[in-house]
Amino acid sequence: MEPGVILEWVIKSVVILISMTAGFAYTTWYERKVLAKMQVRIGPNRAGPFALLQPVADGIKLIFKEELVPAEADKLIFNLAPVITVIPALIVTAVVPWGGVLDINGFKLSLALTDTNLAILYIMTVTSISVYGITLAGWSSNNKYAMLGGLRATAQMISYELALGLSLVGPVLVAGTMSLGKIVEMQQGGWFILFQPVAAIIYFIAIIAEVNRAPFDMPEAEQELTAGYHTEYSGMKFALFFMAEYAKMVAVSMIGATVFLGGYLGPFLDIAPWLGPVWLWVKVAVLLFVFIWIRATSPRIRYDRLMAFGWKILFPLALANVLVTAVVVAFMGGK
Amino acid sequence: MNLDTVFFLILAAAAVITAAGMLLNRNAIYAALFLILNFATVGIIYFTLSAPFVALTQVTVYAGAIMVLFLFVIMLLGAEKLPYGEGSLRTQRLVAIGLAVVLLVEAGYFMLVKQPGLFLNPAQAGEFGTVEQIGRALFNIYILPFEITSLILLAAVVGAIMLTRIEKIQRAGQTGGEEQR
Repeated sequence: MEPGVILEWVIKSVVILISMTAGFAYTTWYERKVLAKMQVRIGPNRAGPFALLQPVADGIKLIFKEELVPAEADKLIFNLAPVITVIPALIVTAVVPWGGVLDINGFKLSLALTDTNLAILYIMTVTSISVYGITLAGWSSNNKYAMLGGLRATAQMISYELALGLSLVGPVLVAGTMSLGKIVEMQQGGWFILFQPVAAIIYFIAIIAEVNRAPFDMPEAEQELTAGYHTEYSGMKFALFFMAEYAKMVAVSMIGATVFLGGYLGPFLDIAPWLGPVWLWVKVAVLLFVFIWIRATSPRIRYDRLMAFGWKILFPLALANVLVTAVVVAFMGGK
Repeated sequence: MNLDTVFFLILAAAAVITAAGMLLNRNAIYAALFLILNFATVGIIYFTLSAPFVALTQVTVYAGAIMVLFLFVIMLLGAEKLPYGEGSLRTQRLVAIGLAVVLLVEAGYFMLVKQPGLFLNPAQAGEFGTVEQIGRALFNIYILPFEITSLILLAAVVGAIMLTRIEKIQRAGQTGGEEQR
């Protein structure tokens, strides 16, 4: 393997990690701004123009805060749990293509880190191990609220993961491939949200539960559990949980945009291939707006209803969607 | 030794160390975490053997689903700490030592006397491990075993749900069926 290829991979990986981290910082800003507008408040407006430096100010504040470790906590796991939570959120988008192939003075630069026929499977694997951080955080804090919050989060995430995985099977069947690059190329004739509307709706409901956002933010229901699994965390360790939640929001929006909304496809892509990442991020911003919109307008639903909804409505619906899609694809002979 | 062999030896060492850590740790949570690391390492070994589907399924099913339930049970029962002391383990220990000697002799015999291709060349593996190949094999050649397995799993699921409902049904019977939904 030539060193040039390895260097290219390293640079692309660093770009992905940095954009996920920056995505986290500016999603908090975006959320506070949009929430303020929806609730007819002013919102953050002090740090820099349009409060654009607010995330920096928040970061500095959290770094200088005192970090407390409960006396009876399991110290090793207590310190490791935030790290375990944040890593899957940062690496899950490694398989998402940001664009086609750029031609810079004869050097062909593909705007994707990797394009394997395993992309969807990789996403499911990473989401399936992302529950550990939260479970371990709840257990190691040695606190009843944290423990219950952690267990709730885990139960909720494994339940909705089934519907999530099945909702991605529909597009895979239509496209006939698990490679996200090919799935995007297939959508030049029309976005998959048109061919797979049920799968798209199930996906968007399931990801809200998967990233523990309102109205499915059971793990941190303040009235019942103080703050859920991160009750005992402070300073940068708390910030890491926060980062995991927002980076996951960005990641699932990016995957949803790629699978259902045409990914990096958009107008003028033939003339200027560098527009690919721009279109992708515009779609991510729209989906993030929907996340915030839902949070601003709907109340939290009860925990048993949440589980019943996941198992008794979403899961059978997703199964039926897979069955219908498979039959249609079998009779039409695929695309 | 080429790069693949070095990579394999590192992974093998990691797999052995995590397995030993799982066995030797007295805290059940740490033991479970070591087992998860072990599954992940074995998953990477499958990757180097050009079986990416098996690798990712290994991590998803074992590390992602089964071990989460293990952690659940350990946490809910509060069974983290094993009590110190020997108890009934003494006879088992003797048997274990005997079996370990047999295993070591066997492994030594194969490595030193027979010397088979210890280090598989991943290039030999070819295309058999891709998603398409596994799907074709599973749904064409092995369709009957696949369907039988799915029926057995379905029976297990129904059984598990019945076990959770028995208590509810009994309670409903005692109170005159008021609680029955």
